[in-house]
Amino acid sequence: MTAPATLPQLNQPTSERTGRGSAVGGRSRPGRVIGRILLYLGLILVGLASIIPVYWLLSSSVKPTAEIFVFPPKWIPSSLHWQNFVDAWNSAPFGRMYINSLVVTIVGAVGEICVAILSSYAFVFLRFPKKNLIFGIFLAAMMVPGTVVLLPNYMTVAQLGWVNSYAGIIVPGFGSVFAMFLLRQHMMTLPKEINEAARVDGAGHLRTLWTIVLPLSKPMVVTVMIVALVTKWNDFIWPLIVTNTDNMRVLPVGLLMLKSDEGYVNWGAVMAATCFVVIPVLIVFFFAQRHIVAGLTQGATKG
Amino acid sequence: MTATTPSVAADRRPPDGERVGSRRRLRRREYALFLAFIAPNVILLAVFAFWPVVYNAYLSLTSWNLLSQTKPFVWFANYVDMFTDPEFGMVVLRTIIFSGGVVIISITLGLMVALLLDQKLRARNLVRTFSFAPYIVSGAAIGTIWLYIFDPNYGLLKSILGVFGITSPAWMTDSAWALPGLIIVYVWKTTGFVAVVYLAGLQGLPTDLYEAARIDRAGPVTTFFRISLPLLSPVTFFVVVTSIIGSFQAFDVIAVMTDGGPGTATTTLSWYIYQQAFRAFDAGHAGAGAMIMFVLLVLITSAQARFTRNRVHYQ
Repeated sequence: MTAPATLPQLNQPTSERTGRGSAVGGRSRPGRVIGRILLYLGLILVGLASIIPVYWLLSSSVKPTAEIFVFPPKWIPSSLHWQNFVDAWNSAPFGRMYINSLVVTIVGAVGEICVAILSSYAFVFLRFPKKNLIFGIFLAAMMVPGTVVLLPNYMTVAQLGWVNSYAGIIVPGFGSVFAMFLLRQHMMTLPKEINEAARVDGAGHLRTLWTIVLPLSKPMVVTVMIVALVTKWNDFIWPLIVTNTDNMRVLPVGLLMLKSDEGYVNWGAVMAATCFVVIPVLIVFFFAQRHIVAGLTQGATKG
Repeated sequence: MTATTPSVAADRRPPDGERVGSRRRLRRREYALFLAFIAPNVILLAVFAFWPVVYNAYLSLTSWNLLSQTKPFVWFANYVDMFTDPEFGMVVLRTIIFSGGVVIISITLGLMVALLLDQKLRARNLVRTFSFAPYIVSGAAIGTIWLYIFDPNYGLLKSILGVFGITSPAWMTDSAWALPGLIIVYVWKTTGFVAVVYLAGLQGLPTDLYEAARIDRAGPVTTFFRISLPLLSPVTFFVVVTSIIGSFQAFDVIAVMTDGGPGTATTTLSWYIYQQAFRAFDAGHAGAGAMIMFVLLVLITSAQARFTRNRVHYQ
């Protein structure tokens, strides 16, 4: 696309570059000021609406019990009541659940990535008749929603004797379509000569993969890895179904275990337990948001 | 590692006379390697994605309680049951209301947020980060937080609505408000995602059309409806499809907040499948429900595939 010479540099915000969608562009000065005020009000509103529930979680988790059950609610806790975290930790085997979540998340994500890397490499660098057809069949697996296959998968896992085990939670998630797809798209951008050069040097495919293709694909591997970690950490329905004792639960399922027939009783402890689940993800998000956004929104703007 | 590497080392290359045969052998070797590399994925997908669909289709034609040795074959009795049962009609209707509500509201809001974040404003990157954060937080945790916010006695929302003189309903325990409440929570969870996708779409739009619009003195509203919105239609379609797929399968938020209730007020198709399979131990009806969901989602996804294919030459 050829940009008109009058355009400012590309790193300018888009609206300024094009005047599109701007509620204030080219109006009189007072109108422009009011427009900007409205825009900032909108921005503040969006920010608050997004963040208040998260703030409410964090602040309630340290509220003294009396302040949890007051109306109108107290925005700022009068003192920091860390006892909620102790109560939460002791109300269910959360130590064990933390370990379960970590194992399930890390092993699950690493396994998925390994499977994805091998198949994406094969699809890009190895020859095989009807390769694209096979790839298409892989992609068709993306159309299979998790909810649809719950019961048959539970039965398969039961047949394998994996109910209530790490294997039962983790192994079905090793199969990967989306991760493989993203990695393949990336590897296709690498120069084909890589392979011939490696061959001439006497390197096998595994070594080419390990020493050349993987280092060159690092950004995409990192993206796929972080998205896999977050997704598996948050997974709920499958671990819920496949486990049946408290000491095999993962953290999100553990939250449900705090609920009695009358609903949640000790809200302070429940909010503290929710923090166990949420805080690691939020920390990862604030450091790796670029990767997460790229991975999760992939495919959106490309045909 | 090196020992097991299937290498095509130069020293093993046969003399020139056997070139053709060796090339064929090399090729066969590459084929074998290809199969070996995709084998783990093929096996996993076959066992945990393709086979379950087939097996589920079979289960939907049986009447089985998950325990007995035999699975009596009943043809389409489960489907007939469901389509003649008004309660199942309500399940489908609720799924449509929930999913439709979430999709329409979150896409409208998400587009507005994207247009806002596209302006040159201070702190817009911070707000973008804030708005996307709910999308990556576990649905179970979000359900828990919102259950507390919705609490009819001391909930935060009661207080906020009180400022505007509105009496807060009992949300999750009132069968009229439970589904709208879930829609609010889900909209809160997904709007940031929609906004970020739209923002990427907006920033990828060609600039020359806007130049032309400016020269023609088109106002911002006209520009938006005549240029931005049509150009964004592939993005819209993508967001609509992913939102439908996501909200159809919403489960964790429902499990934590309502358990499908009160009564059956929030029993959507995904909750129905879970409930039939793992609480009522009725594999046949669970299977039939799953088949219906599968067919619906495949239709929607392939509509997207067709739509985007027709639009590829667009930019």
